[in-house]
Amino acid sequence: MSVLIFVELDEGKLKKSSQEAIFYGAKVAEMTGTTATAIAVGQADESELATAGRFGATKVLHARDTRLNEPNGMAYATVVAAAAQQEGSTVVVLAKSSLADAMTARLAGKLKAGLAANVIELPDLGNGFVVKSSIYTGKAFAYNELKAGIKILAIKKNTITPEETDTTAPVDSFSPALNDSDFVISVKSTEKATGDILLPEADLVVSAGRGMKGPENWGLVEDLAQALHAATACSKPVSDLDWRPHHEHVGQTGIKISPNLYIACGISGAIQHLAGVNSSKVIVVINKDADAPFFKSADYGIVGDVFEVLPRLTAAVKAL
Amino acid sequence: MKILVCVTSVPDTTTKITFTDNNTKLNKAGVTFITGPYDDYALARAVELKEKAGGTVTVLNVGGADAEPVIRKCLAIGADEAIRVNAEPTDAYFVAEQIAAVAKDASYDLILMGRESIDYNGGQVHGIVAELLGLPSISPVMVLNVDGNTAKITREIEGGKEEIEAKLPLVLGCQEPIAEWKIPNMRGIMTARTKPLKVVEPVADEQLTAVSRYELPAPRGTVKMIPANEAEKLIQLLHTEAKVI
Repeated sequence: MSVLIFVELDEGKLKKSSQEAIFYGAKVAEMTGTTATAIAVGQADESELATAGRFGATKVLHARDTRLNEPNGMAYATVVAAAAQQEGSTVVVLAKSSLADAMTARLAGKLKAGLAANVIELPDLGNGFVVKSSIYTGKAFAYNELKAGIKILAIKKNTITPEETDTTAPVDSFSPALNDSDFVISVKSTEKATGDILLPEADLVVSAGRGMKGPENWGLVEDLAQALHAATACSKPVSDLDWRPHHEHVGQTGIKISPNLYIACGISGAIQHLAGVNSSKVIVVINKDADAPFFKSADYGIVGDVFEVLPRLTAAVKAL
Repeated sequence: MKILVCVTSVPDTTTKITFTDNNTKLNKAGVTFITGPYDDYALARAVELKEKAGGTVTVLNVGGADAEPVIRKCLAIGADEAIRVNAEPTDAYFVAEQIAAVAKDASYDLILMGRESIDYNGGQVHGIVAELLGLPSISPVMVLNVDGNTAKITREIEGGKEEIEAKLPLVLGCQEPIAEWKIPNMRGIMTARTKPLKVVEPVADEQLTAVSRYELPAPRGTVKMIPANEAEKLIQLLHTEAKVI
C-alpha cells in the first residue's frame, strides 16, 4: 500500500507542479491511512529528490537507467507501473504536463485503472472514491466515481497549495525491467525556450491579443511579464497570424491554464478563449472597448489603450 | 496506406453548457453537435495523406445514432467508409477499448484522432488505444509526414517542440497546424450518402469510472473597474487586496 506520485524536474529542480502533486498525494495517503511514495525517472540529483519529503513523501524511488535519460512517455509509464506494482499502490498521482500526459493513458492501459484527468480537488471518500474534475474546457465540472481497484489522478495546476516542512525523504534506487518496444521512437531534435517561465507552470501570466496590433509591439507585454516574473501567452488569432508561437496560445484549442493571475491585454474574450483561462484565480482585463465581453468574466478591469496602460503597470510593478 | 480516424461528436465550441435531470445529464436542447475540432484536424491530414500516397481512410465513432450527422460529414470531407460502435462513450478506457477492438485485426498504418475531445478534455484515449494494441503513441502532433514506413512528426512540448521519427504503425493525437480544416463540397456531400457506414455493437467490460453529477462554475463577483489614468492602482490592488503579486 502507498500512494505513488510521479515527479518531474526542470533544469535540475523539482517542478512546482510536482511539489503540488506530492502534497496532494500525501493528503490522499493521510485520508486513506497509508504513506506517499514519490517516483522520479531519469537523471536527477538525489539531494534534490530528497526534498520530496518536504511536501509529504516518506520515500522516493529513483529509476536512473541511462536509457531513461531522455524523457520518454512510454518507457516512463512502464517504470511507474512497475513501481505501483512493487509498492502495491492503489492511487497514482501525476501533475499534468506534456510528459505526464503521455504517461497517464499508458499507465491506465497497463493497470486497467480508473482514470480522472484535470482533477481540481482532493477526493471525497465519503461514498466511494469521487474526484472533481474540470470538463468542457473549464465550462463545467464532473464528479467522477473511480470504481476500479487502481485509481490514477492527473491533477491540474493550482489544485492544492503545498505546505512545506523541513523533512527530507530517503531516496532508493529502482531498477525495473525495461521493454525494448518502449524505445522505438527517436527524438531527432528538441527546441525549447530556455530561461523562460513555462506557461503551464506559471503562477502569473500576461497574455495579449490582436489589440496589440502587431508582433513588433510585444515588448510591452514582455516588459510587464518580466517585471512580474510572469509567463507570456496569447490568443488564438495571434498564434494563427504567427505573431507568437503556438505553444503560447491559450484557449479552447490551445493550452488551458489555471494561474493565480491572468492579465489579458487587448483580448475581447470570445467564449473559446475564456474556456482556456477561466480557472485562473484572478483575471484582469485591459481593453479599449468598454463593451468587450471579457469584462464580464474579469475581477479587475481597465478600459484604456494597452499602449498607454501597459508601461504604467510595468513601472508600478517595478516600484513595488 | 490504411488510416483510421477516430472522431467525437461534441457540443459546438460556442455552446453555453447547462445540465438537466438534477445535474446528471448534459442539456442537449438547442446544442449544435460538431466533429471534435482536434479530430477534424486529424481527418483533414488523413485525407491529404491518402490523396498523396493512396490508400483508405476509415472514420470511427463510439456513440449513439445521434452522432451520424457528424460521421456523414466526415465521409463528405473525404473518408471512404465509417464504423460506428453503438454505445455511449462513457469514459476514456471504454472508448479506447472499443477502438482497439475495431483496430486489432485491421492492420491500420495510422490511427489518428484529436489530442483530446472538447467535452471531457482528458486527452487519454489515444494513449490507452496504443497501450492496448502494443503500439507507440505520440501527442500532440503538429506536423505529420509519412515517408515509406517512417513517420516524421513534430510534437509540441511545454515551451517548444520536438522532431520525432518513428516506424508505422502508430497512434497519434493531433492538433493544429497539422492540416487546414476541410469543408465538404457538394460532390462530397452527395457521395457521402452512399459510402458504407457500418454499425457494430460494443465489446462489454466492467465500468471503471462513472460520473455521478455535474456542476457549473460559480459566477465571478462583479468586476472592479479602475480608470486608465490611475492604472497604477491595479498593481496596488493585486498586491494588497487580491494578494496575487
